[in-house]
Amino acid sequence: MEEGVVNEILQGPLREMFDSTQLLTDVSGSGNNWAVGHMTYGSAYREQIVDKLRKAAEHCDCLQCFFLIHSMGGGTGSGLGTKVLSLLEEEFPEVCRIVTSIYPSAEDDVVTSPYNSILAMRELTEHADCVLPVENQSLVDIVKKIKHMSHSGKPGTVIRRESAIISGQGGLIGAEKPFDAMNNIVANLLLNITSSARFEGSLNMDLNEIAMNLVPFPGLHYLVPSLTPLYTLADVSVPSRRLDQMFSDAFSKEHQLIRADPKHSLYLACALMVRGNVQVSDLRRNIERLKPSLPFVSWNQEGWKTGLCSVPPVGHSHSLLALANNTCVKTTFMELRERFTKLYRKKAHLHHYLHVEGMEQSHFSEALSSLSSLIEEYQQLDATKGRLMPDAPRLRIAR
Amino acid sequence: MSVVTVQLGQCGNQVGQQLLHSLLCDAQEGQRKELCTASRERFFHQDTHGELVARAVLIDMEPKVINQSISRAARSGMWRYGETSHFSQKQGSGNNWANGFCVHGPAHREVVEELVRREVERCDRLSGLLAMMSVAGGTGSGVGTYVTQCLRDVYPKSFILNHLTWPYGTGEVIVQNYNSVLTLAHLYQLSDAILVHENDTVHQICSQLLNIKHISFADVNSVIAHQLGSVLQPALTADSQGAYSRNPLGELVSALCCHPEFKLLSVSSIPQVPLASMAYSSFSWPSLLKHLRQMLISNTKMEEGIDWQVRPLAAAERSRNLTAGSFNTSLANVLILRGKDVYSTETAGFEDPALYSSWLSPQEAFSVWKSPVPFNKYEKSATLVSNSQALLRPLDSMVGGAWNMFASRAYIHQYTKFGISEEDFLDSFSSLEQVISSYKELR
Repeated sequence: MEEGVVNEILQGPLREMFDSTQLLTDVSGSGNNWAVGHMTYGSAYREQIVDKLRKAAEHCDCLQCFFLIHSMGGGTGSGLGTKVLSLLEEEFPEVCRIVTSIYPSAEDDVVTSPYNSILAMRELTEHADCVLPVENQSLVDIVKKIKHMSHSGKPGTVIRRESAIISGQGGLIGAEKPFDAMNNIVANLLLNITSSARFEGSLNMDLNEIAMNLVPFPGLHYLVPSLTPLYTLADVSVPSRRLDQMFSDAFSKEHQLIRADPKHSLYLACALMVRGNVQVSDLRRNIERLKPSLPFVSWNQEGWKTGLCSVPPVGHSHSLLALANNTCVKTTFMELRERFTKLYRKKAHLHHYLHVEGMEQSHFSEALSSLSSLIEEYQQLDATKGRLMPDAPRLRIAR
Repeated sequence: MSVVTVQLGQCGNQVGQQLLHSLLCDAQEGQRKELCTASRERFFHQDTHGELVARAVLIDMEPKVINQSISRAARSGMWRYGETSHFSQKQGSGNNWANGFCVHGPAHREVVEELVRREVERCDRLSGLLAMMSVAGGTGSGVGTYVTQCLRDVYPKSFILNHLTWPYGTGEVIVQNYNSVLTLAHLYQLSDAILVHENDTVHQICSQLLNIKHISFADVNSVIAHQLGSVLQPALTADSQGAYSRNPLGELVSALCCHPEFKLLSVSSIPQVPLASMAYSSFSWPSLLKHLRQMLISNTKMEEGIDWQVRPLAAAERSRNLTAGSFNTSLANVLILRGKDVYSTETAGFEDPALYSSWLSPQEAFSVWKSPVPFNKYEKSATLVSNSQALLRPLDSMVGGAWNMFASRAYIHQYTKFGISEEDFLDSFSSLEQVISSYKELR
């Protein structure tokens, strides 16, 4: 809803790729206000948005899925973004909606980001098929780790610059801009998810299979992404236990894109998307190896979804994307709820929202209770962790 | 008489291509004119340029695998698929049986029936239809079941054999147990016989017998193609009167599936040795047959770790012993022997009444097919197609896993949104519990 970013893209190296009639901008932005984005701009531009969506959909032989990419903390991405999400559900109910949401870190420079995030969360819970939450703080940590590795000068740790997940190599970026490194990580996430749809492999994993396998109950569709490797070492004399190490890394905290600890919470399901020259036996061996240390919910002890794509990402011989539906997301949500309550208790900045037409106090309380029930659902599943659940008694046949 | 192969989904298309390829390679090897003619007639037809074209239809809900299979076949230079014998869409079935069965199947029914009809009409005489698919995913399982239903309607008098690949026990697909249960329950009403390969078993053959270090799906598929090929390559049967049988599917079905409650067939094929060791290995029929018999009795799926302690129970013992223990009772068996000196083999060990349930006499329960021509470079090979309790344990664990998941209603919303209700699930569970119970009681 402001022109700066879009204009920059249109002047950048990818300008040819965007259809100028498919752009929608305004001038004044949303002032970091979810209500402005969702309600004001949402109703003002509703027709235009639906129109442009239809146009894009018509070009497709076969529309399988929508990718929505936005942040939760601001006004436009968060507010207008979730409005678009509900429009997508209305206009294209059968098409899968996968949302990549950037969650604000605790030290966010937008004061009202907790409000915006919680208001948006409710929309995501109700209208998205699956959500890939990404936390800025995790991206910062990963970037720091890579920079540290590449400057540490330790022998055997020289990184091939173009292979770092932040480098955007294979892309067309010129001078580096702030957030570029972090954004590249998210770009790599999306590349890996779509790799099976773009390249061949011995066990294809399509986008609609992700939602099918990883979402056991309608609201619980928040998937923790983790990516490995973050970089490849330039020094070829480094021994390659790399393949198995890659699998172990995928389950370590440092490779996750939100700050949570899945290993100590309960897995509802997990997907592994492997790219490169990896065979099914390597996959099986590593699953067997890692399974004992990962707690899975009782009715999904074998809850693994796997995909093998033959083509590795640029600069690597293989890579792994893990998407986990894990109860650890509830910690992230609980922290978000706390930040929200801190502001809401004092009614800080509330008037900015309530002044917007269509916005009422009930929106806040409903969004809060939607989040609380989501957290409660995760809690209930968590409570079953470690408990030995007896097998459900089978049907008996009269003889 | 010809077999029309219908390849469904990624697995069906990958395995099907390898099956046809290995059948042809074997048929064209050396001086075996009669077998070659019979095999080619069974699986291929010749186009106007004399090229061999497979009697096959390829179906998938996304295009990549079909394209791969078609180009692999063409690259062999020996055969190809028909140019228009395939049908694909773009969006896939999302590992969702309901999506395959309720949405894609009906949407494309006419096209698929037309493709099959064209292949069937090209056959002088149709021996039957072979549908190849996996049970874990969405297309092979869901669309495959729907297509089998259509084929049953259109060709009520033809034999339909479904070849199913069962997934690894530990997840390839999280909802694989649901998809498998729904598929098996429906196929049981539609199919004449269900021939099963389990990925876990084949994987072990690759690692322990073939010594493959990094096992790929290509390796797994190659073993399945070999075993299935050894069943489907022409052979001399008791009914075929000195010529290669012209009714392979019919003979298989009538030999093995005498009761509608018992349709699950397992396949064991020995020997399985790495190509490199072939020159140094020698095989004797008595040894091969002894091993295969013990594999059957002890329910060992491969020629390693056979439990020689397991013995068939005498008739008097059996009625007292309610739990069958580790002994595998058979309803019927077909033994297929290929290679040198095949006419002098002694197969009486398989006619022991102790191996079988009491319904059929051993003479009725056991059949032998022979071919003097070695298969796939093995000087002597023996394959056993068995209707026995061999698949009871994997079936039971599949149903058990699905039932546990169903008890918490996990993932059910994904199926109900495409038209499969909880009732449908319960019906499928009941049918399979019935099948499990029947096989358990076999004695």
